[in-house]
Amino acid sequence: MTGAMTILAELLICSGVFFLFMGAVGLVRFPDFYTRMHAAGKCDTLGSLLLLVGLATYQGFDFSSAKLLSIAVFIFFTSPTAAHAIARAAYTNRLPLWTRGEQE
Amino acid sequence: MPHTFLVVTSLTILLAVLLSLYRVVAGPSIIDRIIGVNVIGTKTIAVIVLTGYLFDRVEFFIDIAFLYALINFIGTLAFSRYFEQKGVEHS
Repeated sequence: MTGAMTILAELLICSGVFFLFMGAVGLVRFPDFYTRMHAAGKCDTLGSLLLLVGLATYQGFDFSSAKLLSIAVFIFFTSPTAAHAIARAAYTNRLPLWTRGEQE
Repeated sequence: MPHTFLVVTSLTILLAVLLSLYRVVAGPSIIDRIIGVNVIGTKTIAVIVLTGYLFDRVEFFIDIAFLYALINFIGTLAFSRYFEQKGVEHS
């Protein structure tokens, strides 16, 4: 039972780190502000959520894992809100869109 | 949890932080820099909690991580609202 919980926790942590890393790669590689927003906003939310839930799963249920889950819920609400505020600032100021054939 | 697993996880996240730092330094407009800082803050929360497990003091480090999440959210919101009204210069 304990071994299965450990394997589950390590699987969750590894997938969370994968999503965080891919979000950073997308932030560097994408050509345009809006596509970067697409990479950063969603990958960051899902990655940190998976990582925190994996860390909370590891030691069974106690007070600190409940606090970790509350951080996960907080990030689940605030990260899309912050992403929406940033995208709204860009859209109001008419940041240029990337079109095909343009370099970078 | 074995310490090598935690250290390797933290180092991978720090590599992702370095990649995001490139966007903060070289971003064409100010909004790119804001989103880079927001991404780095979210990754820092994960690193703080991992550091807590590494030093066996999780219950203190979780409070620090919660505070950091709060500051990150408020700061990003304030910066984006400010530049929404002030206007952004773009090439």
